[in-house]
Amino acid sequence: MKSGTLFDPIEQDLHTDEYKINMGPQHPATHGVLRLILTIDGEVIKHVEPDLGYIHRSIEKICERDNYRQIVHLTDRMDYLSSHINNEAVCLLIENALEIEVSDRVKVIRTIIAELTRISSHLLWWGVMGMDVGALTTFMYGFREREMINDIFENTCGARLTMNYNVPGGLMWDIYKDFVKDTKAFLRHFVTKLKEYNDLLTDNVIFRKRTEGVGILSKETAISYGVTGPTLRGSGVSCDIRKLFPYSAYDKVQFDEILMKGGDTFDRYLVRMKEMEQSVSIIEQLIDNIPEGSILEKTRAVIKLPPGEFYQRVETARGELGVYVISDGKKSPYRMKFRSPGFSNLSVINEIAVGHKIGDFVAIISTLDLVIPDIDR
Amino acid sequence: MLDNAAIKNIILNQFEGLTFQEEDSPFLNVWIPPVQLKEFGRFLRDNRELNFDFLFCVTGVDWPKEATLEVVYHLRSVQHGHQMVFRCKTGSRDHPELDSLSEVWPTAHLHEREIYDLFGIKFKGHSNLKRLFLDENWEGHPLLKDYEDKVNLIVK
Repeated sequence: MKSGTLFDPIEQDLHTDEYKINMGPQHPATHGVLRLILTIDGEVIKHVEPDLGYIHRSIEKICERDNYRQIVHLTDRMDYLSSHINNEAVCLLIENALEIEVSDRVKVIRTIIAELTRISSHLLWWGVMGMDVGALTTFMYGFREREMINDIFENTCGARLTMNYNVPGGLMWDIYKDFVKDTKAFLRHFVTKLKEYNDLLTDNVIFRKRTEGVGILSKETAISYGVTGPTLRGSGVSCDIRKLFPYSAYDKVQFDEILMKGGDTFDRYLVRMKEMEQSVSIIEQLIDNIPEGSILEKTRAVIKLPPGEFYQRVETARGELGVYVISDGKKSPYRMKFRSPGFSNLSVINEIAVGHKIGDFVAIISTLDLVIPDIDR
Repeated sequence: MLDNAAIKNIILNQFEGLTFQEEDSPFLNVWIPPVQLKEFGRFLRDNRELNFDFLFCVTGVDWPKEATLEVVYHLRSVQHGHQMVFRCKTGSRDHPELDSLSEVWPTAHLHEREIYDLFGIKFKGHSNLKRLFLDENWEGHPLLKDYEDKVNLIVK
C-alpha cells in the first residue's frame, strides 16, 4: 500500500449493486393496492414497473352481460372519488345515442354536483399528498371540509361516495329543499379554508423543497404516453374536456383552464389547488340560477341503443374518461371499453421517476393522483 | 383542424385501397391491413398536417362470426384538434398476431399488454408482453366471446 493513499485500493473494489424491492401492494403511499417493482441502486431509482390487477373485476366483461341501466352503477366502482362524473359519462352516452334532450335543470344540477365532486376529490388528494411528504395535519384539514360535501351528497341521494344520482334521461330525483343553502354555506366556508391550505402547505419551505424540480414531465413525453387531466396541464398542454368538448352546462359558465409550464411535482400540485378555486367559481355562477324543468325524461324500461358505435368523454378529477360502446342493437353492449385516465397516467411513471430517490418518488406518485380501481377496472 | 374529407385525402395520397367509413360512428374510421400497421402508425404521427400525436384509447374487439379479432385505435392531434380512428383485424382468431405500436406511441405499451391479457393478441416487437391484470397461470382470455368461465366468476 502506498503511503497517503490509505482508502484508494479499497474504494476501487467497492461498487454498488442494483437490486429490486417491492413498493406495495400494501404501501400507504400507493393509495390502494398498487404494486410497484422498483429497481434501485442505493436510494436511486433505476426502473419502475407497475404490477396491476389486485382489484381487477373485469367490469368490461360484466358490462357485456348487464343492461344499460345496470352499467351506470358499475362505473361508480372505477374511480370512486369521481363517481358522479363517471355515472354522467355513461348517462350522456345513452342520452346522445337515443337522442334524448335532458332539461336545463338537469344539466345545471349535474354540473354543480360534478364540481362538488371535483373539489371533494382534490381535497382528499391534497390531504394525502401532505401526508405522503410527512405533513399529517393536511389530512385532517382536507377531510374536515370534505365531510361537508359528503353531507350534501348524502342529503341529495342517500350515498356519500358511490352516488348513482345520475340515471339515463336525467336524475334519480330532485335536489332537496336546502341544497342551495347548504352548498352556498359550504362555498363561503371553503373559500376561507383554501387560503389556510395555501398558508399551511403551498408556501411551506420544506414542502417546496420536496416538490420543486422533482419529477419533471415534459410536454412531449406526457402527450406520447396519453397523459390527461391536471397531470398533463401541469406540463402546459391544454386538454380540459370541459373546454374542448363541452357537455352538460359547461358551455354556459366562465372558467379558466389552469396551465403550468414546468411540469414538476409542484406545478401539478398547483394545478389542482387552483382548479378548486375554478370549481368554486363555476358553482357560484350556477347555484342561484337553477332553472325550472323536468328532472327525468321518459325512457323505455329496457334501454336498447341503436346499432353502431358511440364515444363519450368527460373530465373527471383525474383526467379524460372515455366510454366507448359498440352496440348491436341489443339490451347489452357488444363491447364496452372504459378509457380510464389513471391507466394512461400511470404508464408514464417510469419516465419521470428514474434518477430520483425513493423519498421523492412518493411525492411523484402523489401528484399523479392515482385511484387503483380506476386503473384495474 | 382538418375535416374528415381532408384527412381522408392526405391518407389516400400515401396509401391506396383502404376502406373508410363515417356512418355509425362519431369518428372517421379506416381499416388497415396488418402488414401496413406500423408504417401507417408512423405516417399518422409524423405527417405534419395530420400530426396525430395523442393515442388516447386502444380497444380490442372479438368478432367470432368473422373468425377475427380487431384492435381499434382512437387518435387525436393535440396541436390541431382533429380526430380519427383506425382499425386492424388479425388474420387468424386462434393465433392472433399484430405489430406492436409501442415504438410509435409509448402509451400503446400498457394498452397492448391489457389486450394481450384479455384477448390473447400477440404484439410482435413488444418489449414486455405478459399478462397485466390476471395471474400468470390463468387459462384463456376472458373478453373473448366464447370464453369458458370455469371458476364461475360471472353469473349468467
